[in-house]
Amino acid sequence: MSKILIRGAKVLGGEPQDVLIDGGTIAQVGSGLAAEGAEVVEAGGKVLLPGLVDLHTHLREPGREDSETVLTGTRAAASGGFTTVFAMANTFPVADTAGVVEQVWRLGKEHGYCDVQPIGAVTVGLEGRKLAELGAMHESAAGVTVFSDDGKCVHDAVIMRRALEYVKAFGGVVAQHAQEPRLTEGAEMNEGIVSAELGLGGWPAVAEESIIARDVLLADHVGSRVHICHLSTAGSVEIVRWAKSRGIAVTAEVTPHHLLLTDELVRTYNPVYKVNPPLRTERDVMALREALADGTIDIVATDHAPHPHEDKDCEWAAAAMGMVGLETALSVVQETMVDTGLLDWAGVADRMSVKPAQIGQATGHGRPVSAGEPANLTLVDTAYRGLVEPAGFASRSRNTPYEGRELPGRVTHTWLRGKATLVDGKLT
Amino acid sequence: MQRHLISAADLTRDDAVLILDTAEEMARVADRPIKKLPTLRGRTIVNLFFEDSTRTRISFEAAEKRLSADVINFTAKGSSVSKGESLKDTAQTLEAMGVDAVVIRHGASGAPYRLANSGWIDAAVVNAGDGTHQHPTQALLDAFTMRRRLIGPDAGLGQDLEGKRITLVGDVLHSRVARSNVDLLHTLGAEVTLVAPPTLLPVGIETWPCEVSYDLDSTLSKSDAVMMLRVQRERMNAAFFPTEREYSRRYGLDGDRMARMPEHAIVMHPGPMVRGMEITAEVADSDRCTVVEQVANGVSIRMAVLYLLLGGNEPAVTHPRTEEK
Repeated sequence: MSKILIRGAKVLGGEPQDVLIDGGTIAQVGSGLAAEGAEVVEAGGKVLLPGLVDLHTHLREPGREDSETVLTGTRAAASGGFTTVFAMANTFPVADTAGVVEQVWRLGKEHGYCDVQPIGAVTVGLEGRKLAELGAMHESAAGVTVFSDDGKCVHDAVIMRRALEYVKAFGGVVAQHAQEPRLTEGAEMNEGIVSAELGLGGWPAVAEESIIARDVLLADHVGSRVHICHLSTAGSVEIVRWAKSRGIAVTAEVTPHHLLLTDELVRTYNPVYKVNPPLRTERDVMALREALADGTIDIVATDHAPHPHEDKDCEWAAAAMGMVGLETALSVVQETMVDTGLLDWAGVADRMSVKPAQIGQATGHGRPVSAGEPANLTLVDTAYRGLVEPAGFASRSRNTPYEGRELPGRVTHTWLRGKATLVDGKLT
Repeated sequence: MQRHLISAADLTRDDAVLILDTAEEMARVADRPIKKLPTLRGRTIVNLFFEDSTRTRISFEAAEKRLSADVINFTAKGSSVSKGESLKDTAQTLEAMGVDAVVIRHGASGAPYRLANSGWIDAAVVNAGDGTHQHPTQALLDAFTMRRRLIGPDAGLGQDLEGKRITLVGDVLHSRVARSNVDLLHTLGAEVTLVAPPTLLPVGIETWPCEVSYDLDSTLSKSDAVMMLRVQRERMNAAFFPTEREYSRRYGLDGDRMARMPEHAIVMHPGPMVRGMEITAEVADSDRCTVVEQVANGVSIRMAVLYLLLGGNEPAVTHPRTEEK
């Protein structure tokens, strides 16, 4: 593999430096590095980050290839600066056996735009009744480390307890979609002033918070670690903060859209804003930003949820839940966290690469940008501002809430183990 | 007037009074031997009903026919969320047939809003009830009934409901009628009180332009109109209230309670009534109960709305068009 010299990049937002890649590894980081024999990429003050890691992606393959495939999803990931994605288990068939997770893993290996680490279902068929073969999925070629019924909550306290206990045998983690099912029957949006006016079924904050409270207590009780998916309320933040203060092994994620958008947007009845958990209030958004800044929330995860046009071009009640996020995640984080002064680029690297890699045990990712480390890197033009144009998305789906919205930042280059997957904003 | 009628909240005071005044003119048509105006001749209106409804559909159909519109009835029960029969596809099919207005009843809140604002069709959209969101023509016919009864048909012309005290009782949480009425009655200057058990009031109701009470008895003597809302029996299984008997005791309207209302005060119900639970037969059949009038007034209101939305720039009845001469 050829050498690449990235010249004048602000590593983690610091002073401009040169970074020499040799093969799949970072060979040198310093000033005035010789370009001999190397392809030169003039960074010109762009920010260099370790390749981003998304702990929460829906790739839809197998089963809903009309929404996304492993190929199109990983291309979208590379466009957004990601070098690893964790693929959620709610496929058809469900990724609840070694066979399905290996299929997804192998498709990721073949396509090569980013590493794909399958997430295994906690329960058979995501039905919440019987534990899936967690050990077999871990021992498979896919080496599953994260288990989740995402899209559904593991709501039975005994099943959740057993799952937390069981994965201790191989250091796994259970990622919980916190949603008390009885409290969210018929729920269509955040329960509050807007839902009352619009006559849409309310999804109360307490339905999320009560499950998180239960699960951190369960994790504490059995001495396991639990990861909470897509926190969306100020109350959830308080519970996680309390749990961490008690030394409970809990980690938590927030999506970019929960850092930016509020339930006021639902007044348009445009299903592009229909997502689970729902968009909350301004107060929640501010609490989530603050919690991500102070580390209460560990990571940003996209919850990239592609859907075909017809699944969103309909009335609110009939529409599918979810929005795509891989290609806009970094821009939204820049807008909400960096440009607001809440987080610097080193902090972004921590929340979008280092920590998610640690939680998911993606060895080789989320590493420092220094000599001897794998060359998984992302170069970001942070000065860029432009309108989001979904027509240019690599994802097979276009269900973004940001169409026509101006957002900052643009990923120009992505390298996966020294191989460019994105060059000047174009996929290789 | 706006192009569509989606929500009672979209109406200004002047819009609403114009509709009520126009409805008074339309009401006179019902007294004629031939109950028909040529006003919408050559216009095509489709009644797009994705949800069961008898009285609203027939009321719209009667209104359309009295205005001489061509009427297409489309009933699509159960197909609202089926991919083979999507709202968009159905609407565009009707649009291709040259429809001028779509009257839509849908089980999903916001469906009429989407229909009007998604670029799927060009026709005017009239919301005939969507989910638990809005039922604006019901609110208009209720206001029309109140104005006629509390002020008078002729004296009421040009008037709003300033200072009238209206109490709505029952399942506010699931009621599009309640939402529409609160919006419209507030716009018309009335003082609205909602009475219900806390389980049947939506979160966030404190921001609505009305008072809220859990106690029916304390509001009766101060009400010019008491509107009972329908309670769906299936709600009982969802633990919104303990038993039908307890609900009836605390929130039902019987003769004793009606006697505590001011003499001029009226009893209203959007129908269909659950006799014995929400309202006793004694009350439902009394002269003070306006249920039958509300139905009749519904036709006048819907005539007014369709006339005004489909380009009525002049009074509909007082200056007959050439076709009528």
